[in-house]
Amino acid sequence: MEEILIVENISKHYNDFTLKDISFTLPKGYIMGYIGQNGAGKTTTLNLITGMCKSDSGTITINGETCSKNPIAYKKSIGYIGDSSYFPVTMKIKEIRTILKNFYPDFDKDKFDQRVSEWNLPVNKKIADFSRGMKVKLMFAAVFARDTKLLILDEATNGLDTVMRADILKLLQEYIADGERSVLFSTHILSDLEQIADYIFFINDGKKILYDMKDEILENFLLVKGDLNEIDQNLTKELIGIEKNQFGFEAILPTDKATLLSKNFILEKPNIDQIVIHYIRDIQSKQK
Amino acid sequence: MKILLSNQSELPIYAQIKEQIKEQILNGQIKEGEILPSIRQLAKEIGVSVITTTRAYNDLETEGFIATMRGKGSIVLSVENNFLREQYLKRIESGLMTAIETAKVIHMSEQELLTICSQLWKEKET
Repeated sequence: MEEILIVENISKHYNDFTLKDISFTLPKGYIMGYIGQNGAGKTTTLNLITGMCKSDSGTITINGETCSKNPIAYKKSIGYIGDSSYFPVTMKIKEIRTILKNFYPDFDKDKFDQRVSEWNLPVNKKIADFSRGMKVKLMFAAVFARDTKLLILDEATNGLDTVMRADILKLLQEYIADGERSVLFSTHILSDLEQIADYIFFINDGKKILYDMKDEILENFLLVKGDLNEIDQNLTKELIGIEKNQFGFEAILPTDKATLLSKNFILEKPNIDQIVIHYIRDIQSKQK
Repeated sequence: MKILLSNQSELPIYAQIKEQIKEQILNGQIKEGEILPSIRQLAKEIGVSVITTTRAYNDLETEGFIATMRGKGSIVLSVENNFLREQYLKRIESGLMTAIETAKVIHMSEQELLTICSQLWKEKET
């Protein structure tokens, strides 16, 4: 499979945070969810990929180009949408269109206008008066009017209602439909990703926790519930993120360890949220 | 072709897609020679990941229900042989299940049950 994005051993040190040795690849035509808590290193990673910050070590390749060798070709293939609008608030859509046209040689005015009218964006209002949903749609219209290869979304669905979030998921699937373009999507709202993501990269405190195909991750773990007294030594070693309450416990367990369980436990298919929560609980309990 | 996915199902999403397509091939709603929607088209329509639909199609191919040709899509194959074999498989499985359940009642080990099974197998052969 041809890779659109190759991230190799990137690290970045700040005073209060370090991103440690992150590596992954994203093939053409697929969606990756980049997940983790606030402050886990999601935005740092994405800023390194977009070329907004420089990594201390490691290399990033997009569509065969690196930012240091060919910054124009590298950045041309990226479409970026963040969690806040990057358009000047005093402008109206027409002025923004002119700027985009002058800035990006491949900007297609007609495609842009088509989206603006399809989504009923107000052409006579200043951006300052746009709702959060309108601003996000405008960013999508701007990105989709260009010929990009990699769409990077940094918490782009934050603050949007459920219907709008579902619309965006559809847009992302449309974007990758021809098999030539890919999406890297950071979020902490995991239900958004649960269905459409092909790959998941789970980061915590600047370090990789899990990185695999989403379907594999879901199958590799079981959600286990039961009575605390039933947990023996062997099982304690394997259970991840045991959450106790007065009447029982809940944890996740690698599926291949299911033989350690007696039939007194309840087993369920976990969702991504549950896997993430128990992993983070596990890390927290080991730090104590 | 009809596909309805359920989050309540015991089956993972790829298996639900696979089973539903299989069912429709077996009951003739999807006919031999028909071309299935592409993996990417299907993923977009039902809102699941491309890897999920790919896996469903790969399994259908392994089980002999469809054949995928690069650039041409996935074509539905004749079901006769698969259908018969599957029916027999189901009967074997349900027979074995009864044996296993009965064995568990008297706390018989898996090994003991397997031994009985291979003994009977040999008796039949001679």
